[in-house]
Amino acid sequence: METLVYKRPESLLKAEKGGGFTFCPGCGHGVILRTIAELLDEFNIQKDTIAIASVGCSVFMERFLDLDVAGASHGRSTCVATGIKRCKPNNFVLTYQGDGDAATIGFNETIHTACRGEHITTIMINNTNFGMTGGQASATTMLGQVTTTTPYGRKAEETGYPLHAAEIVAQCEGTAYSARVAVSDTKNIRALKKTIKKAFEVQLKGLGYGFVEVLAGCPTNWHMTPTEAVEQIENVIKTVHPLGVFKDITEKESV
Amino acid sequence: MAKELVKGNIAIARAAINAGCQCYFGYPITPQSEIGEYMGAHLPQMGRVFVTAESELASINMVIGAGTTGAKAMTSSSSCGIALMQEALSAMCIAEVPGVIVSVMRGGPGLGNIAPSQGDYFQALKGGGNGDYKLIVLSPSTVQEAIDLTYRAFYLALKYRNPVMLLAEGMLGQMMEPAEFGEYPYKDPDVTQWALGCSHNREARNLVSLYMPEGALEAKINKIFEKYELITKNETTYEEYMLDDAKLVLTAFGTVGRIAKAAVNKAREVGMKVGLFRPVTLFPFPDKELHEVAKNTDLILDLELNKGQMLSDVRSAVFGACPVEFYGRSGGGLLSPDDIFAKIQELYEKIDNKKAAGVV
Repeated sequence: METLVYKRPESLLKAEKGGGFTFCPGCGHGVILRTIAELLDEFNIQKDTIAIASVGCSVFMERFLDLDVAGASHGRSTCVATGIKRCKPNNFVLTYQGDGDAATIGFNETIHTACRGEHITTIMINNTNFGMTGGQASATTMLGQVTTTTPYGRKAEETGYPLHAAEIVAQCEGTAYSARVAVSDTKNIRALKKTIKKAFEVQLKGLGYGFVEVLAGCPTNWHMTPTEAVEQIENVIKTVHPLGVFKDITEKESV
Repeated sequence: MAKELVKGNIAIARAAINAGCQCYFGYPITPQSEIGEYMGAHLPQMGRVFVTAESELASINMVIGAGTTGAKAMTSSSSCGIALMQEALSAMCIAEVPGVIVSVMRGGPGLGNIAPSQGDYFQALKGGGNGDYKLIVLSPSTVQEAIDLTYRAFYLALKYRNPVMLLAEGMLGQMMEPAEFGEYPYKDPDVTQWALGCSHNREARNLVSLYMPEGALEAKINKIFEKYELITKNETTYEEYMLDDAKLVLTAFGTVGRIAKAAVNKAREVGMKVGLFRPVTLFPFPDKELHEVAKNTDLILDLELNKGQMLSDVRSAVFGACPVEFYGRSGGGLLSPDDIFAKIQELYEKIDNKKAAGVV
């Protein structure tokens, strides 16, 4: 007897429908989107999900996931999601954003969505730069990090300090779950799925806002090989943006 | 239903509720805050949605979210608040997402003041957002018309899947006068062919404003501009007042239209042949109709509470068929019927003198 143990998730758009990833080698998006698709299948909510396509490398959501998709202008994904969820409370509503989107131009929206306790889930990919536009510094860029707009490294006296999104979102009373994970080694990728699953569950149970920040490699703009990018996450980025669960109202005692 | 005394802003809010507005997203700004207050007091009680957004950027993007589900959604704001919404309005037009935006104008530029103004004609009609797009813009001159046009705004937004702006002045928002609500008079179009939501029995679909493949954006723009032609054909609305023998025709929109009407009456009392042409839909603008009027009169006097914004559309419609003069005040100054009458007398004399000299 043969048992199928690994297959393409139904929620990923099939190639014959125009699906397929268009990311750079070593980019973290593919793993994260596949993980989201697996979970949508496991919860059997593909046909009840509306995803928001944000500005950035995530913008072509409708080519990656086989879902109803609404587009949002830069930073406004959680507003569009709020409008949808308030009108369609039975739909599962997901925003998929980068650090440039959710933590920089749209951080005001992120915080207010969390404070309102909207029953939506945000997956924020943090690669510490504006990937789509060619690697400029974002709010989460680390001190000393070289980007196209900080060619001598980010200096606190010039551009301030990196923003720690998951920790700040955790402070909002409407947040049910906030955590930071990483796409680096197998252990972390397994933790990624468990974490996103938890963020999905708090929406499905109507508990509040779910926020998962995912540290992901951007080898092209970091000028690294995919392997070096993984090492960069493990050895450098994690020391600035530490992994952890910062709020989980389903646990009696959270960090 | 009998007439009742009602304030403009409240009338707009009540009409929106009658029209079936399922959700309101807004941020307070004078002189339209009563709209949000009324919605906040009533929508949640009715099981509908009310959210005070963190900004006008947020509120219009919440309208987009609601609109993608086919819901009747609305926001309201004023001048500088509407300025913040421009990016989203452009995106709504190309993604074909419906929504109603009430713009109750205050003085500008900048924070300006809260006095009567029509300074946002260009903002509503000539963009501010990027790219080729048009809002449907409706301009009420009375509280009754504000009610009727609020009903129509919800209908047109769904019918054409385009944002519709109700463009009123702070004066109208704050004014109380008798008006009748009646019933929402339209049958709403089916939204199930395009709205997002449950995709169990169909392919997934999307409503986005990004069209990267070669030619895709141009094709989509051409599609929405075909729609704008249809809207022009079907929906152009205007008021004509005493035009049949008019030698001098006033053009004005919104509340200035009713002030101008008082001036026309005054001129008629002393035997001057003066009439009024008032566009009710600013897009679609009644180009052809105004051109016909221009062919049969000696002079047009455009009246606005700004430095001459609708004037560009008036001149374009007239297209040289008769001379066009402008008279307006900006920054919160108001035109009275007497001011307009004095201007009419001055210009009327010129027409007669020119005729006597054989110029016209």
